Amino acid sequence: MSDYIKNIIRFILFIFFQVFILNEVPPLHQFIVPYIYFLFILWLPFNINRFFLLIIAFAFGTTLDYFTGTGGLHAAPCVLIAYLRPFLLNLLIPQDTTENSYIEPSIKSMGWAPYSLYIVILTFLHHFLLVLIEWLQFGNFVYFIGKVSGTTAISLLLIFIAEMLFFRKGKFRSNSV
Amino acid sequence: MKNIFIFIQRNFTFISFLVLEIACIVLLNNGSKTHQVFFTSASNEITGRFDKQYNNWRYYFSLKETNDQLVAENARLRNLLPVNFQAIDTSKITFLDSTLRDSLGKMRKYTVFPAKVIGNTVTLQANFLTLERGSLQGVKKGMAVISTSGIVGVVVAVSENNARVMSLLHRNSRVSAMLKKDNISGSIEWDGVNPNFLLLKNIPKSAKVVMGDSVLTSTYSANFPSHLLIGTVNSIVADPSSNFYTLKVKTATNFFSIQYVYLVENLRYTEQVNIEVTPEKN
Repeated sequence: MSDYIKNIIRFILFIFFQVFILNEVPPLHQFIVPYIYFLFILWLPFNINRFFLLIIAFAFGTTLDYFTGTGGLHAAPCVLIAYLRPFLLNLLIPQDTTENSYIEPSIKSMGWAPYSLYIVILTFLHHFLLVLIEWLQFGNFVYFIGKVSGTTAISLLLIFIAEMLFFRKGKFRSNSV
Repeated sequence: MKNIFIFIQRNFTFISFLVLEIACIVLLNNGSKTHQVFFTSASNEITGRFDKQYNNWRYYFSLKETNDQLVAENARLRNLLPVNFQAIDTSKITFLDSTLRDSLGKMRKYTVFPAKVIGNTVTLQANFLTLERGSLQGVKKGMAVISTSGIVGVVVAVSENNARVMSLLHRNSRVSAMLKKDNISGSIEWDGVNPNFLLLKNIPKSAKVVMGDSVLTSTYSANFPSHLLIGTVNSIVADPSSNFYTLKVKTATNFFSIQYVYLVENLRYTEQVNIEVTPEKN
């Protein structure tokens, strides 16, 4: 299956899963809203053009916003993590080997520790910006951080389950690039 | 221009990141009332701060005009003061003509003009002020000069557009004064020592003077209206060789910072002076 078609299907599935399942879950607690949709951006291929990555993230976030009726609220953190993603990947992976031989970030292609760090940092930043522009103020800072951390923890749990369920074999790139 | 393009090219990703974030904010602003209110009030806060600063500057530049208007208005209001009018002696008028005149009618005695001070000294033994108002504008010799807080002096010379005022701080200045408390009158002079203090002479030792008593212009003066503040008693010197006190009076007018004064014309000045200098024949 081509990478394009695979990512287009992922795009649709993540949106539907977020909108029709996770957003319908009754609130567990005031701190916690389950989010997993942004994993789509984290799973995009390594060698994607950075400008293109931003555009995709913007389109993805805006699509979700159309479903939830909150114009721009999810698009802003999506664009943020799409912008920061290449910097973080450059720091976390050995340059010459991984990026040339694997297509997209996964446990197999990066290793357990760097991949977890990558997921945790971007998830936290995503929720931080999301809650900040949702509230437009820090309010009680402890409460703010509590909400961000609680949401991050639930998201990480969901991502962990997703990784276990859909174990992606780290695909090698063909030699004829 | 070339450098701008190079800059855009080099930071293309960052710039597109910013543009997309701004687009998100705009979308958010259009979609949600809460966000709209937040951004509108934040921008109002900032523009309001600039407006206020700008207005402060504008106000500074129009200060001169504002000042002139205030002085003109003050002169107009002072002209309305009841102290400028003198009630007609009704008994006399009734005696002369009881049918034609309104017994409550009043006649004007004093008129007030504003004038700007364009010259002033305080450090000499003979100090004068120069005013920007002269005979063409109705100033006459002998008119009294007062400020907002107290009296200043007497007009001694008049040209077409300027007037020269003998300040209270002049060795030859004499103004008839009285104590507010018991109306005992004396004479205000200056010893040429300190521009903040005048001397009130010829107050008999029978007067009960206390420090801080107000000193006013007396009812005897031809040029000054009565009951204008001159100053307050600062110290009392009892001269053992005479029956009179010499009182040191702190001036009510601050002669160092005087900017605007009022000229007071006594409409019966000539009449009073003429009758006072006529030698008695008996």
